[in-house]
Amino acid sequence: MTSAATTSILPRRGGFFGALSDAFWRRPKLLLFLMLTPPLLWLGIIYIGSLLALLLQSFFSVDEFSGLINYEFTLATYAELLRPANFDIILRTVIMAAAVTLFSAAIGFPIAYYAARYAKGKWKAIFYLGIMLPLWSSYLVKIYAWKLILAKEGILTWIFAKLHLLWLLDGILALPVIGGNSLSISYIGTFLVFVYIWLPYMILPTQAALERVPGNLLEASSDLGATPRQTFRTVLLPLALPGIIAGSIFTFSLTLGDYIIPQIIGSSRLFIGQAVYSQQGTAGNVPLAAAFSVVPIVIMAIYLWIAKRQGAFDAL
Amino acid sequence: MTAAVEFQNVSRHFGQVRAVDGVNLTIAPGEFFAMLGPSGSGKTTCLRLIAGFEQPTGGHIEIFGETAEGVPPYRRNVNTVFQDYALFPHLNILDNVAYGLMVKGVDKATRYREAEAALELVKLPGYGARRPGQLSGGQRQRVALARALVNKPRVLLLDEPLGALDLKLREQMQEELKSLQRALGITFVFVTHDQGEALSMADRVAVFNNGNIVQEGTPEEIYKQPKVRFVADFVGSSNVLAPDVMKRLGGEARWASLRPEAIRLKPTGEGVPAKVLQASFLGASNRLLVEAGGAKLHVMLPADQAVPAIGSDIALGWGLADAHYMDDAA
Amino acid sequence: MRSDRGHRAPLVLKIAAGAGLLFLHLPILLIFVYAFTTEEKSYQWPPPGFTTQWFAVTWNRPDVWQALGLSVQVATIATAIALLLGTLCAAAVSQTKFFGREAISLLVILPIALPGIITGIALRSAFSLFDIPFSVWTIILGHATFCVVVVYNNAVARFRRTSGSLIEASMDLGADGFQTFRHVVLPNIGTALLAGGMLAFALSFDEVIVTTFTGGQQSTLPIWMLEELIRPRQRPVTNVVAMVVVLVTFLPILAAYYLTRDGDQVAGSGK
Repeated sequence: MTSAATTSILPRRGGFFGALSDAFWRRPKLLLFLMLTPPLLWLGIIYIGSLLALLLQSFFSVDEFSGLINYEFTLATYAELLRPANFDIILRTVIMAAAVTLFSAAIGFPIAYYAARYAKGKWKAIFYLGIMLPLWSSYLVKIYAWKLILAKEGILTWIFAKLHLLWLLDGILALPVIGGNSLSISYIGTFLVFVYIWLPYMILPTQAALERVPGNLLEASSDLGATPRQTFRTVLLPLALPGIIAGSIFTFSLTLGDYIIPQIIGSSRLFIGQAVYSQQGTAGNVPLAAAFSVVPIVIMAIYLWIAKRQGAFDAL
Repeated sequence: MTAAVEFQNVSRHFGQVRAVDGVNLTIAPGEFFAMLGPSGSGKTTCLRLIAGFEQPTGGHIEIFGETAEGVPPYRRNVNTVFQDYALFPHLNILDNVAYGLMVKGVDKATRYREAEAALELVKLPGYGARRPGQLSGGQRQRVALARALVNKPRVLLLDEPLGALDLKLREQMQEELKSLQRALGITFVFVTHDQGEALSMADRVAVFNNGNIVQEGTPEEIYKQPKVRFVADFVGSSNVLAPDVMKRLGGEARWASLRPEAIRLKPTGEGVPAKVLQASFLGASNRLLVEAGGAKLHVMLPADQAVPAIGSDIALGWGLADAHYMDDAA
Repeated sequence: MRSDRGHRAPLVLKIAAGAGLLFLHLPILLIFVYAFTTEEKSYQWPPPGFTTQWFAVTWNRPDVWQALGLSVQVATIATAIALLLGTLCAAAVSQTKFFGREAISLLVILPIALPGIITGIALRSAFSLFDIPFSVWTIILGHATFCVVVVYNNAVARFRRTSGSLIEASMDLGADGFQTFRHVVLPNIGTALLAGGMLAFALSFDEVIVTTFTGGQQSTLPIWMLEELIRPRQRPVTNVVAMVVVLVTFLPILAAYYLTRDGDQVAGSGK
């Protein structure tokens, strides 16, 4: 072995990097500052700055005659949101988001439950990828697939015909409000695509919450005389609830802000996202578009506040 | 002679928490030094101050006469064996051991040769190609030791290195560490909360409490002459007796420690009357729990001596010098 | 992993879970069938016949290649920026305890937590406020902003699993900050960064909502598809492109999964 060093303090490694390394060790806050500066500049200035600029615009108004933006503080644009035509858009979007969330939770739970408690080894991986792959698959391709499915000449009509159930399909389409000429231009179609696209976002947090329920807790419950149904209702569901709420944050928020799905599959009646898009684009009313986009932020803020009180963030 | 490590009134405060508060300490070169204390007593922070992971908020630290404040860990010729071993999971055993030489720019052939030699020293020759995950806890501990020793540190720091091992392995490692330290002549500084470990291995022990050293001395001094109540409580299996009890037992009205093996049985009528509450067989001896002077005491009897019946009245005695008086300070 | 010992999954649950998985996958599989259909004017099912001719047609379409090229360019640069910013942020948040780390986590997550349309319109109004012309760079800027979070999440998770004493051990053995980063930190978080980078790439490659606001005349592949969806002109070509996009996005997802799967064994703790 090499001879033992005779000094206890070694000299600094030469050059700029040696000195810099020593400086970082002596002043850890300097290193922290340098690490945080680029991301904070980017997100804090570019992103938050943009959001604030948007918020600011919502307090301006558009002159009805000239169509020019009037840069004076006013709440008139927000008041415009309450006009029946605009308020209908908000109401329609919130109802759709709520329906999508409830339905996703209902059909997502069995998948999450099975994946968390019964799937083992190979099946665990299959379930994981089986949820991750649709989640990450191209958003537009998924919408496109549903355009194919829901088209009048598409596979769904064909299945109904093969099962001699076309009368049922026609009956559904004849329903007021949610029906329509074909599934691809009805609220039912929009709803189905929303559920399909956001379902994985509901499954993953629910599964995470269920996996954290210790198995012996369920055994303890049945040991104490609870029937499986009672165990489910009194032990499992309350413990899974934070996960479901976490998932609902995604399904609710994503539905509120989407404008592509209702544009491609659905009736011509607008959702918030479409209203924002058309107000800032063709209509050129940026203040109203800004005010419209504040709506989902406010709804989500209230929603998050409630979710936080339910402890949903631990399941994210 | 210069001390291996010297603390002059060293403090390390974290906001309001005084982890280390005005410690003075001298560790001689070649010494096996133990820092003993309950968790949160400041012993680990002292170790980290020597290694350079923490910087003192006050005072002065010297390592072999050279100022250590402001010197980062990688420039101190001091190495550490971590409590969780901290082996690099992405490197095999040989590369783990050779790491210190690699970053110092030692060529490949030399550093692998020395790493092999270090593995041999800790009795793990030929383990170089394995990964840390494939080794048992005891083997990982040896690798961590080899990885530190290969750098020829002037001081080796060991942070509860045996804590994660089972009893038998721990006893074996204690002996090996001790003989290794004697063979290499390197200063070992050892942190532990296990008093038996500190007493059996170290040349000198510092007992920590509340960020400060309450007593420093040889294991025998610490064991037989605790200066304060805390040391007697923490270190020994001694009977720690309050002043009023001592007075009733015929001693001075001060805190005292009385070792169980110093107490002898006396014929009834002589000495201090006592009542037997419990008796346990310990192999080489028998231990009695008795009540005397309104307190409960342990008494150690040699195995060849008859054990009095539980509930019987007996009499106890001890030499004047066996009652060791001390300060009340915690 | 836990299981209810002695219990097998009830049949109803099995069926519900299986049906759910089928619901998630059948629509995607349908795309593969349509890529081979001979029908070009409608979405007729069952397809009247099968052909591979549309692959050749698609291959010879310059507009598809152009859109693909732009998407790859945007995703590559946005991923590189996200890798840098996300790693820095994750390192700062997990290596040090400082005031406001929760605020920083929130800041990173916000661009993806808020609906894409808000991010999009906010950036658009900021661009117009400062008279920044729309270009490839405005698209990249938007993409990088919401890609930071995937890199950040992956890196933070790995930093959390990597024992903090590894860095101390490296410094203790004589490696300075840069050597420690190169020899210990990077090898330990490398696969997590690779996984995060792949997910960021996939996210950017697929993004359409923010892009509609931050792009000008340039059209990325999703923008190209969106136009086809709103006004179908080239149904067979769209079918083929859709199938290829599915295949191309599956690869990074599978790779990212395999890279992070063994993560638990990477932790440095010996206990």
